[in-house]
Amino acid sequence: MIEIGLGHYLTLGAIIFFLGVIGIFLNRKNVIVILMSVELILLSVNINLISFSIFSGDIVGQIFTMLILTVAAAEAAIGLAIIVIFYRNRGSIRVEDIHGMRG
Amino acid sequence: MIAHTIFFYFFSFIAIFSALMVITSRSTINSVFFLILDFISIGCLFIMVGAEFLGMILLIVYVGAVAVLFLFVVMMLNVAQQKQSWFIGKKSTHIPSGLIVGVLIFLELLVVIGGWKYKEGIASSSSIIINKDISNTHQLGNVMYTDYILYFQLSGIILLLSMIGAIVLTYRKRENLKRQNYFTQISREKSSSIEIKKVEFDKGVKIDD
Repeated sequence: MIEIGLGHYLTLGAIIFFLGVIGIFLNRKNVIVILMSVELILLSVNINLISFSIFSGDIVGQIFTMLILTVAAAEAAIGLAIIVIFYRNRGSIRVEDIHGMRG
Repeated sequence: MIAHTIFFYFFSFIAIFSALMVITSRSTINSVFFLILDFISIGCLFIMVGAEFLGMILLIVYVGAVAVLFLFVVMMLNVAQQKQSWFIGKKSTHIPSGLIVGVLIFLELLVVIGGWKYKEGIASSSSIIINKDISNTHQLGNVMYTDYILYFQLSGIILLLSMIGAIVLTYRKRENLKRQNYFTQISREKSSSIEIKKVEFDKGVKIDD
């Protein structure tokens, strides 16, 4: 408990991943919170990669963390652009109002 | 060692608490602020564990760019009036299935983490090991610009594509906008633009347009 090892970091990543998945499912407000939950999930993946990289002494995990950061930034930009044009067309981004595909 | 433990629990409790607040807070703007707090505390954890460059990149890219982008969109879209928590309102059928899926994923991750350890004397498949003599940034640069240069350039192309995509998606043609038209400007001639009139004394010139 006192000695912080790999398991602690992996548990933290698992908890944040869990909260991100729950946030996607339970959301009733708007789509922006869903995008934020996706960011949380990507962040937990980064925690896992970095802790494995540090504790196993291999730098490659940090390289892939940088690539994930790039993809996450691109995904946030595209997702927010889609939300902006959706709001422009429909006037609302509530999850209940988005039912074009009857999901 | 005890300081490391204390700081780990401090930052990770802040991170978990703020992640919880991101998905449960009532207004979207509060969610964005708690997302920023989450990124900052995870960045502190990265710096603490020894990945300084990525911790700083997390602060710069996420807190400085992505979270501000979220804030801009929240301000632009007037979603502050759409306050509706998921506790009230119409009954959703997603909540039980979402909880089941989430808890199952969490339990599976815990099982994997709990029953996992390195095999004795296992050899790493990669030969790029962490060197303690040079700094983290130096090391990342050594690896990223040599062995992983193609991935690096590919990530640049991904950023370019996302930039073009965001511009194309949000661009709209406006009416009644006076723009410079280079072709008509260059192809103007003397006959269509200047008219020479002979002015008689005490009559003036009649301008018809």
